[in-house]
Amino acid sequence: MALPELHLEKTADRNLRIVLTGEWTLANSLPSAQALEAVFSAGPEITRADFEASGLTGWDSGLLTFLISVMELCARRNVAVIRDGLPSGVNRLLALATAVPERQGARRGGAHVSFLERIGSAAIDLWRSLLEMVAFIGEAFTSLVRLLTGKARFRPSDLILTLQECSVDALPIVSLISLLVGLILAFIGAIQLKLFGAQIYVADLVGIGMVRAMGAIMTGIIMAGRTGAAFAARIGTMQVNEEIDALKTTGVSPTDFLVLPRILALSIMMPLLTIYADLMGIFGGFIVGVFGLDLSVAEYYQETIKAVGLTNVWIGLFSGFVYGILVAIAGCMRGMQCGRSASAVGDATTSAVVTSIVSIVVATAVITVLCNIMGI
Amino acid sequence: MAKEPHIIVQDLTMAYGSYVLQRDLTFTVNHGDVFIIMGGSGCGKSTLMRHLIGLKAPAKGAVFYGDVNFWGAEPVERDRMMRHFGVMYQSGALWSSLTLAENVALSLELYTTLKPAQIREIASLKLSLVGLAGFEDYYPSEISGGMKKRVGIARAMALDPEILFFDEPSAGLDPVSARLLDDLILELKESLGTTVVVVTHELASIFAIGNNSVFIDAAEKTMIATGHPKRLLEECAHPTVRNFLTRGEARAEVKAGERPTPCFLA
Ligand SMILES: Nc1ncnc2c1ncn2[C@@H]1O[C@H](COP(=O)(O)OP(=O)(O)OP(=O)(O)O)[C@@H](O)[C@H]1O
Ligand SMILES: [Mg+2]
Repeated sequence: MALPELHLEKTADRNLRIVLTGEWTLANSLPSAQALEAVFSAGPEITRADFEASGLTGWDSGLLTFLISVMELCARRNVAVIRDGLPSGVNRLLALATAVPERQGARRGGAHVSFLERIGSAAIDLWRSLLEMVAFIGEAFTSLVRLLTGKARFRPSDLILTLQECSVDALPIVSLISLLVGLILAFIGAIQLKLFGAQIYVADLVGIGMVRAMGAIMTGIIMAGRTGAAFAARIGTMQVNEEIDALKTTGVSPTDFLVLPRILALSIMMPLLTIYADLMGIFGGFIVGVFGLDLSVAEYYQETIKAVGLTNVWIGLFSGFVYGILVAIAGCMRGMQCGRSASAVGDATTSAVVTSIVSIVVATAVITVLCNIMGI
Repeated sequence: MAKEPHIIVQDLTMAYGSYVLQRDLTFTVNHGDVFIIMGGSGCGKSTLMRHLIGLKAPAKGAVFYGDVNFWGAEPVERDRMMRHFGVMYQSGALWSSLTLAENVALSLELYTTLKPAQIREIASLKLSLVGLAGFEDYYPSEISGGMKKRVGIARAMALDPEILFFDEPSAGLDPVSARLLDDLILELKESLGTTVVVVTHELASIFAIGNNSVFIDAAEKTMIATGHPKRLLEECAHPTVRNFLTRGEARAEVKAGERPTPCFLA
């Protein structure tokens, strides 16, 4: 197989003959159109170029791109290109490639963005995303009002499915994590308390720790990773497929239809899951207390009951409720804000989890400070 | 040009689970053919294409490329053969997180040793062949439905494949663009000798570009006609085919209990 070769010959009347021989396919490395540049700038002025392609044995897109470069180069130099010498198939394909002229203003320049400009646009983006967040929360709230006045429309079966997804389906992972957290708290506490012979207070430590804070926080984080991410991915994919637009044109508010059931489901189920997590955590502490510290079952039970007041339970439940709303809002919001590509869905999911966890931590801090101020 | 078989489909039965979609499909696509797969909506045209391009294994029967049994070959061998296909999907199936130029360029990056600048030039060329010059840096979500179709076509052509499979390329295009697309298909066949398999409903385009075809029918669950579309229009008496090729003008009816003879033109 002959390798592709390019010869440039100056013929009469300021004419440049471009001689193409060999196999002009992408599989071979093709000569570059830059060679013409050298001829144009070197010799006397050239006003036309033609082709001689009788030695051409084969060609594909590689030849076409070469010819397009040649034509662009000649256009810049005001050199007329006579394409008669080319195979007719090549000419017809070139004609097709130029049949639809480039649309005016369509091309995007890779404009250079200065550092300051980038900071500026980042700041504007941040401000816009804050506004969007507020708008979303507002919309979710009006949707809730519509629900209370009986005007919100969503499918009850959707709510039931979501309820199941964020309750029963989450039990195994919540059990495991809470039990382990209870065990860990008990072990760490036991080492210190043993020094004073005060092992019995492990029950207090685990009980109060789990019920007042850890139960709710751990459940919140699990739900952020599990359910919040799923909400974002699901709604984000619907956004990509224009399903959300279809809902809007059907006259259904996407917030009513998609967001409301999810917020409801999580805010109902999170307190229940929190109670369950509390119990599992206490059970973890109990295992350490009874088998590791030789406390009796009755002793441990009594001590836990005594330590964990109803106030702590309420605080824990309230926290769980708040986290549930936060996780649901973060998940749905990121899903609704999702762009129209596969990677945008990935970004939405990541950002849903990050937003959920950050807001859980902030909410915990706020609740703790408030409880402190109120003295409970 | 001597007619050399390129794709041979033999006794192909297509099924989803136990649901048989089509049975006993037998036809040959020659080198340099523009082969039309036609039939009513939902009769299994896209599914047939999935069998030809290696996405779905036949329930029965075989697909030969040259003399290699496609589904009997080792997976590695099949992958190697698939590299010579260019496929455009009915729904576009563009990679949404890549720009149009990157969509076209991906296979060039993977399977050639070309320099990035050259790849970019080829991607631009392919986009301009489908009338999308200047849209290189757009994302699929920023262009119209018909434009997505055309990018799908440009992407299929990226490697100058031996066989192109187009699933309803002209659906959603304006008549002028559809005509340009027909010209492009004919030109690829003429100049590069590409074999083109087209699933389409566009009658104008079927008659303009097709030189061979198969008609599959949902009711009979098998093929009821093959041959040059223009000859089918003249010679085929099967009511379903007649109605299809005349946009229902023929008003031919299938009588109850009767099974009209299929027309397999050589
Ligand atoms: N993944 C699947 N599982 C089960 N059945 C399927 C699947 N995909 C398609 N089908 C069925 O196979 C049949 C044919 O589908 P196919 O997509 O091949 O139709 P088509 O001929 O391409 O139609 P159209 O012209 O509308 O694109 C349809 O009846 C569809 O219900
Ligand atoms: Mg289809």
